[in-house]
Amino acid sequence: MKKLIIALAASAAVLGGMSGAAQAQEKSKVCFIYVGPKTDGGWTQAHDIGRMALEKAMGDKIETAFLENVPEGPDAERAIERMARSNCAMIYTTSFGFMDATVKVAAKFPKVKFEHATGFKAAENVATYNSRFYEGRYIQGQIAAKMSKKGLAGYIASFPIPEVVMGINAFELGAKSVNPDFKIKVVWANTWADPGKEADAAKALVDQGVDILTQHTDTTAPIQVAAERGIMAFGQASDMIAAGPKTQLTAIVDTWGPYYIKRTKAMLDGTWKSEQIWDGLKDGILTMAPYTNMPDDVKAMAEETEAKIKSGELHPFTGPINKQDGSEWLKAGEKAEDGTLLGMNFYVEGVDDQLPK
Amino acid sequence: MFEAILLTVMTAATPLVIAAMGELVAERSGVLNLGVEGMMIMGAVCAFATAHMTGSPYLGVLAGIGGGALFSLLFGFLTLTLVTNQVATGLALTILGLGVSGQLGESFVGLAGTKLQPIVFPVLSDIPFIGRVLFAQDLIFYLSIALIIGVNWFLFKSRTGLKMRAIGDNHGSAHALGINVVRTRYLAVLFGGACAGLAGAQLSLVYTPQWVENMSAGRGWIALALVVFASWRPWRILAGGYLFGAVTIGQLHAQAFGVGIPSQFLSALPYAATIVVLVIISHNRRTTLINTPASLGKPFVPDR
Repeated sequence: MKKLIIALAASAAVLGGMSGAAQAQEKSKVCFIYVGPKTDGGWTQAHDIGRMALEKAMGDKIETAFLENVPEGPDAERAIERMARSNCAMIYTTSFGFMDATVKVAAKFPKVKFEHATGFKAAENVATYNSRFYEGRYIQGQIAAKMSKKGLAGYIASFPIPEVVMGINAFELGAKSVNPDFKIKVVWANTWADPGKEADAAKALVDQGVDILTQHTDTTAPIQVAAERGIMAFGQASDMIAAGPKTQLTAIVDTWGPYYIKRTKAMLDGTWKSEQIWDGLKDGILTMAPYTNMPDDVKAMAEETEAKIKSGELHPFTGPINKQDGSEWLKAGEKAEDGTLLGMNFYVEGVDDQLPK
Repeated sequence: MFEAILLTVMTAATPLVIAAMGELVAERSGVLNLGVEGMMIMGAVCAFATAHMTGSPYLGVLAGIGGGALFSLLFGFLTLTLVTNQVATGLALTILGLGVSGQLGESFVGLAGTKLQPIVFPVLSDIPFIGRVLFAQDLIFYLSIALIIGVNWFLFKSRTGLKMRAIGDNHGSAHALGINVVRTRYLAVLFGGACAGLAGAQLSLVYTPQWVENMSAGRGWIALALVVFASWRPWRILAGGYLFGAVTIGQLHAQAFGVGIPSQFLSALPYAATIVVLVIISHNRRTTLINTPASLGKPFVPDR
């Protein structure tokens, strides 16, 4: 009996835990650690698409391997170490919670190059990389202000971390640049991916009168609700147009492929060095899904803003900006520093919510 | 507004009520199946895949029920025929279900789902307020109500139900009386699996018509807690499920409304409410003991 249970548990672990990996001797091995399943339809899938792009572009020189569903915390350290021991020349760890584990394992394997997504701890052989998602959210805010009849948007948020707060603020600032009285209602779902809960949050917001929805959670459930209720919405992390062909206005699409190709090339030709990279729209690490379901003038405005952000002419966080309580944060013309943005723990004026602490 | 909230609550509560109903029957027969989450997610993936491939959500519902039942058969074989530990096997079933469903569903991620459309009763649905709430729902909602009535009748009014409760209370005596303990328990486990599968089908066909890995997100565990919460009584499951749903949806509305209460506290509210009610219910130890199936979770090996 015991054997059966062990066999069961083992098969479960195999099915749920790991897949991939192939062997060949001459090629360099590039490895990835994922926090979720590679088909989550959002964050992890975007990284996996990046991995496949890398394999397609450089398949003659490298091979890739990945571990999915790696929990953040102590288990992560073991998973990363296992990858490092299995001759990976380069390891991308793709979730914020892998930060300490990455730095720790990196110290034991000085020859392996590590890249950690969205974190802030670097070392000799650990680089960090992130994407300026807020640039896309600013554009979404502008579109929302043009498209909303009531001047009220619903925002489904995940967890009150700086990344998410930054997104809410950028959205509000974008909206206010078009309609100074624009308001957003925020609901914290306290989850990254629970379609049921995200749908419930969306329904609650629609019932309270918002006529446009945006989300910082990973599944397409909110867009489905928006489609059902006949309002417009934005996609997150991936192009979610399939969930709402007549509903999605645009989406922020994480495009990691070009970055992975660039950095892996650098590793191969020996020019790789530890950097803290925070790229945005102009670098192609972040792209906007096609602007759909909107009048031509709104589309033109969105395209113009996108071009301005790319050229550096426009920084979404440029003063004058007040904090939620009305006190001054940035003076006219002053731009927010990256450090402040990465640690953002306050709302800007106009957000109709109390920030959870 | 109130009607809108109520409709949302009903969608959220239905899968909990259905899965809990199935588990209640299994536990009344003395089998503790902690694999509800795994059976539910198997039901969800089978339902979604079938509905997507055939275009018929009703076939999807059938596939969900079948998927959950088939998966529970594995649990039945292990715990009833091979007499493994029920707790460990149930946990393994959940882990296995989450893994297998992820594998099965890999090619269905991100596809547009087929929604189970409401069945609207003419005339009745025109009654103000209750008409839309009660008579313009989808098939699975009607099934959930039918299940409660049916299970309640079966357990407390039918002869077979009485025998099954006897097994749950004392399988040794029931066996001595000539009742086939193992066969009855197999049927109870299968029923539990079918209900969990139906609850899964509701998730991927009604609640959010899409497939996402791990989309049950802990609802199986809540269903398990509901059974204890209801002290193994069918109507209390309805009350518990809707209370839980109401608090869950209520807190989202409170947030959107801008009530100045921290969202973490509001998110914890449904669980806090559950604990409070649990404390109140278990206040009277005697009635609790009377309702608890005495041989719950205990292995049964017929005399040779």
